[in-house]
Amino acid sequence: MRIATEPAPSGVGEPIVQVSGLGKTYAGGFQALKNVSLSIRRGEIFALLGPNGAGKTTLISIICGIVNPSEGTVLADGHDIVRDYRAARAKIGLVPQELHTDAFESVWATLRFSRGLFGKPPDPAYLEKVLRELSLWEKKDNKIMSLSGGMKRRVLIAKALAHEPKILFLDEPTAGVDVELRHDMWQMVRRLRDDGVTIILTTHYIEEAEEMADRIGVIRRGELIVVEDKAVLMRKLGKKQLTLNLQNPLPRIPDDLAALPLELAGDGGILVYTFDAQSEETGIADLLRRLGEHGIAFKDLHSSESSLEDIFVGLLRSDANAAREPGA
Amino acid sequence: MNTHAIRAIYRFEMARTFRTITQSIASPVLSTSLYFVVFGAAIGSRMGAIDGVSYGAFIIPGLIMLSLLNESISNASFGIYLPKWSGTIYELLSAPVSYLEALIGYVGAAATKSVMLGVLILITARLFVPYHIEHPLWMLGFLLLTAVTFSLFGFIIGIWADDFQKLQVIPLMVVTPLTFLGGAFYSIGMLPPVWQKIALFNPVVYLISGFRWSFFGQSDVNVGISLAATLGFLALCLGIVWWIFRTGYKLKS
Ligand SMILES: Nc1ncnc2c1ncn2[C@@H]1O[C@H](COP(=O)(O)OP(=O)(O)O)[C@@H](O)[C@H]1O
Ligand SMILES: [Mg+2]
Repeated sequence: MRIATEPAPSGVGEPIVQVSGLGKTYAGGFQALKNVSLSIRRGEIFALLGPNGAGKTTLISIICGIVNPSEGTVLADGHDIVRDYRAARAKIGLVPQELHTDAFESVWATLRFSRGLFGKPPDPAYLEKVLRELSLWEKKDNKIMSLSGGMKRRVLIAKALAHEPKILFLDEPTAGVDVELRHDMWQMVRRLRDDGVTIILTTHYIEEAEEMADRIGVIRRGELIVVEDKAVLMRKLGKKQLTLNLQNPLPRIPDDLAALPLELAGDGGILVYTFDAQSEETGIADLLRRLGEHGIAFKDLHSSESSLEDIFVGLLRSDANAAREPGA
Repeated sequence: MNTHAIRAIYRFEMARTFRTITQSIASPVLSTSLYFVVFGAAIGSRMGAIDGVSYGAFIIPGLIMLSLLNESISNASFGIYLPKWSGTIYELLSAPVSYLEALIGYVGAAATKSVMLGVLILITARLFVPYHIEHPLWMLGFLLLTAVTFSLFGFIIGIWADDFQKLQVIPLMVVTPLTFLGGAFYSIGMLPPVWQKIALFNPVVYLISGFRWSFFGQSDVNVGISLAATLGFLALCLGIVWWIFRTGYKLKS
């Protein structure tokens, strides 16, 4: 797909989107974003992860010009999104979270409209290519209302690509999408990235971020609390610790518990159990039973997690269904 | 200037018009024709001429204005309300399009459609009543000016409205009564003196009067005042639109 029309960008990895001190307070006083600063690298897939209501859509909407920022600035490919909005917006494509479509228009008409709106001269050959890549070409003369939900989502993607953007925002691209289409979507995103498009997607599925992203940002209650390379994040994310304050200090871990991921700390008064937070079987019940068998009593216990893990566990709980979805 | 965007919006809006041709063109032409049949051909023949103009011909400018105002407002308000309602407005807001360009696209398409309608009604009227147009260029000028002004007004209503009822209420409850009372079917001079004074507060009086002058060379109010009043309303609408766009009123949070 011919998306980026410019020659290979100089300095891969330099920021293509630069968000500085961004804040948003909606009319009514609700503060949806608090002092968010973020650099998106050219050519990467960046996943913005966070529970519902965290402010993901608000952040994207500000960058795309749909919501006014209250504080802060955003540069898109070096252009200020407010002062130099024409140049900035011409570079950006947006696939919104909701399926907002012109029900009575044909796929082709709505695509031509999008391209024109973004200031590009007609290019039927390019639009045909986009539609073919998205398996929509056969539907080009259909009215949008006759299409399935998944097809409508593709139409929105095609519209967002109609003006050959260099930066593509996908706001929850796979929410409510079946597993098969989700995998198609992931493939398409990778193809776009290979063509040089920088992709920022939001999701509240950890699996999706894990599958797709080069880097991950986590947003909670309007605050960007972490931005990490995926690999680093996943390591931190995967582990969780249960800390037991023992009644009586242990000199050492009993031999037949040695196979468990246990550590003694605090002169033997504290027993730390490390486990995989994402696995179905934490082994905690088993651990407690076996401690009981050894007569090891504890005063209290708590799960000591990094704040990051805290968020993700909260996330997993709030979206347990999605996390358990097979194949996802 | 993003001329591709203006063209895209204009084409998109015109396509919507032609797709719904029955309700957007045919039905207003038909209903206006019924007025000509009833008031022009049937009742008109029993009515005396007004200021030397046969009654059937006398009502032509008023009837065209009635359609022009209603259609301009409803076209333009619907044109911008629809994307707001369906959510597709996100695309317009995220596009490298200035407010002026969006305005030209939407208002231009709405005004084009009402002018087409006005001309069609004028041609249809010919089937029922003979008439002569004294100042054809002025007539076209008033037609265009009114279409643009009230499309602009409709655009404002479309942005302001947040449900379908609000969209209908101004054309139905304000514009239509003002048009009927504004001399579409009579000369203001036929009213009792007190009502003549009151009528001068009705802005539609100036529109109809000026338009009628372009047909018959005579009017209730001086044509210069009519023109000034119309231009004044245009300026007022432009001011409001400028404010809407500057503040993002009902468009951006
Ligand atoms: N137009 C608005 N007016 C007031 N509050 C809003 C508006 N849009 C979103 N919010 C609030 O801002 C918060 C963040 O919303 P959003 O950015 O949509 O979150 P996310 O996309 O992460 O689910 C939510 O609490 C939401 O209720
Ligand atoms: Mg959202």
